[in-house]
Amino acid sequence: MAVKNKKLNLKDKYQYLTRDMAWEPSYQKKEDIFPDEQFEGIKITDWSQWEDPFRLTMDAYWKYQAEKEKKLYAIFDAFAQNNGHQNISDARYVNALKLFLTGVSPLEHAAYQGYAKVGRQFSGAGARVACQMQAIDELRHSQTQQHAMSHYNKHFNGLHDAAYMHDRVWFLSVPKSFFDDARSAGPFEFLTAISFSFEYVLTNLLFVPFMSGAAYNGDMATVTFGFSAQSDEARHMTLGLEVIKFILEQHEDNVPIVQRWIDKWFWRGFRLLSLVSMMMDYMLPNKVMSWAEAWEVYYEQNGGALFKDLERYGIRPPKYQDVANDAKHHLSHQLWTTFYQYSQATNFHTWIPEKEEMDWMSEKYPETFDKYYRPRYEYLAKEAAAGRRFYNNTLPQLCQVCQVPTLFTEMGAPTKLSHRQLVHEGERYHFCSEACCDLFKDEPEKYVQAWLPVHQIYQGNCEGADVETVVQKYYHINIGEDNFEYVGSPDHKHWLSIKGQKPADQSKDAA
Amino acid sequence: MTIEIKTNSVEPIRQTYGHIARRFGDKPATRYQEASYDLEAKTNFHYRPQWDPDYELNDERRTAIRMEDWYAVTDPRQFYYGAYVGNRAKMQEAAETSYGFCDKRNLLTRLPEETRHMLLRLLVPLRHLELGANMNNSKIAGEATATTVSQMHIYQAMDRLGIGQYLSRIALMIDGTTGAGLDESKGYWMDDALWQPMRKLVEDTLVVQDWFELTLIQNVLMDGLLFPLVYEKMDQWWEEQGAEDVSMLTEFMRDWYKDSQRWTNAMVKVVAGESEANLQQLQTWADQWEPEIYNALKPLAEASVGVEALNEVRAQLATRLKKFGLNTQGVSA
Repeated sequence: MAVKNKKLNLKDKYQYLTRDMAWEPSYQKKEDIFPDEQFEGIKITDWSQWEDPFRLTMDAYWKYQAEKEKKLYAIFDAFAQNNGHQNISDARYVNALKLFLTGVSPLEHAAYQGYAKVGRQFSGAGARVACQMQAIDELRHSQTQQHAMSHYNKHFNGLHDAAYMHDRVWFLSVPKSFFDDARSAGPFEFLTAISFSFEYVLTNLLFVPFMSGAAYNGDMATVTFGFSAQSDEARHMTLGLEVIKFILEQHEDNVPIVQRWIDKWFWRGFRLLSLVSMMMDYMLPNKVMSWAEAWEVYYEQNGGALFKDLERYGIRPPKYQDVANDAKHHLSHQLWTTFYQYSQATNFHTWIPEKEEMDWMSEKYPETFDKYYRPRYEYLAKEAAAGRRFYNNTLPQLCQVCQVPTLFTEMGAPTKLSHRQLVHEGERYHFCSEACCDLFKDEPEKYVQAWLPVHQIYQGNCEGADVETVVQKYYHINIGEDNFEYVGSPDHKHWLSIKGQKPADQSKDAA
Repeated sequence: MTIEIKTNSVEPIRQTYGHIARRFGDKPATRYQEASYDLEAKTNFHYRPQWDPDYELNDERRTAIRMEDWYAVTDPRQFYYGAYVGNRAKMQEAAETSYGFCDKRNLLTRLPEETRHMLLRLLVPLRHLELGANMNNSKIAGEATATTVSQMHIYQAMDRLGIGQYLSRIALMIDGTTGAGLDESKGYWMDDALWQPMRKLVEDTLVVQDWFELTLIQNVLMDGLLFPLVYEKMDQWWEEQGAEDVSMLTEFMRDWYKDSQRWTNAMVKVVAGESEANLQQLQTWADQWEPEIYNALKPLAEASVGVEALNEVRAQLATRLKKFGLNTQGVSA
């Protein structure tokens, strides 16, 4: 045996401890063992070129993760024991958690399932192992988020049935269809969608609003989760970058396929994040930074540098990024004014921003807020003060692809509604934008299948024909507790009593 | 005397999440419950998977087994992620001490060369089998619907990777971390007649489509014969070969197998007890696979502890499965 006598370096040792356990099969055909690796058209000529994005053997994984979990749960216990929910900045903040638990946590679980699947689909063992580690990490996040929010659920409304709502509630089909789209795709597209476009390119635009939002608003449970998940996320990001470089380096024919996926998933991610933009600007009583600032730092600057780096592979920046860059001045305001009108059908509350908040927005959005959006809030506030708090009783038109109501405006024309339509095999489909319409044209057979909540209500598939029945029975939203205006809500009254104030402040809050 | 701390007691408006309360009532829930029940998407899927358009995502029809509620299958260890890694961290700490001790005292390198080659031939090739088990369990975790079921399989997948890595480290200890021992050992897995029935069996499992059939083959039938044979019967045999120190390095596997039987027993019991149809389906699969596994292990037994030892573990498995109404060919001594 003594042919080799040079000690292995760390890289080679890790390969021996992972991919070298794999072998070339001879009793079964490789394409029968890995039947899903070909159909997307991605050409892999040599899996041995795969660079392990991190080197973590299971013994070390168990050890580090157990240490992290121990610290995390000590904080959760302390938070619950000391009723930490009483120390947050304001109860309006909890609405951000409601959006998170119903909109994001179920995606963590879907990510767990998706990564477990691709952790079996690739014939490259190095890639499989990296994906499996992400699978179990995502399960971790899904579970620790349940535990982090568990205490809030005991004291506030709207957090009580997250996964159930995720399958049904109209606006939650935005995140759900996003992840279904990725999971129903092939393994290479899944990784381009989630590992690269989402985890690598856009992740800070999700993480900073929610986790820094928690830090700024006294939410010790959630921010501790955030810190604890940081090193997991760092691993996921390195996987995202490795995946894209590996696919691009393997064969030049992969470039146009990957470019189309980057275009698609950038846009899908951007539309999903529109929900986060309103949370960031409107739901955080103590603001971290504006959506526009976050977009500039985390997409325009960081993303810009990344796509500069990928130029050498023949990759250009995502096709619709100019539209997204322009939209940063409008996005959160357009979303919030829409959700304000549909609070009867959401598990969280909405409200008119307070005067100081509107001034903050004027400062952060000097070219758009005072001109286009402040007048709307002033009008809505006047209506509310006159006892006519506005709710829109017409169900919104949803985009066939991203499933956001068609509420956006055209680039450079903020008063012109953006809307596209086309007829496919005799059916008319509607879109929020040129980009979503293009995505449909690329994969009509996929997007015609979309489960559009508004269509489903009108077709009678949601346990009732009127909004009230659907909301109560089909969505499990408790009417008068979870939904409607924040001011005067049970959460609001409860918060005032915690702070020793009387609900008499109501009229002032509404103004 | 006790010291009192006055705290501001606050009445909660509810004790747990709605989906937990619907199952267990509105009372304080355990961490296992809140982490494990009804978290996955169940309905209103948007698109059919391109890799399997006959089914939806999270489709219960991906196995022939039918359960009224898959959440009837639970983990007696109550492992959610935090509990799982906490438990394994303790196990790895003990293993690390043994591996460190063995390494420091050169307990493997001072073995006669022949014994070292025997370890590379008869023990270390199982790392490849572990990788197969890792792949199979990852597939199951990706396809099983209820989180109580799927999470046990992702833990199992990662455990198998870990066991494969421990086995690899035995070879690295023997070869002085050059990789030569692992190369030699892989050669046996690929070409030695002793391993070919086993390698064929593992490759055959990699094309099994039904995920419950796969968990039965991998985690119940195959492990049920292999772990007692390799890590108990052969453990004594290594001692007779003067390699008793190896026992320290496989302690993790023995502890692990004991632990894994807790959930596999619970799972088979519930699934077999659900209906006559399930029981029959399990029996059909057991009839097909158990003899193949037995035959695949035979050359290894012949080269070491003898077929009698394999027959003994076969009888143990038969006794174990009998409790769930399943009959396999082992005969109790």
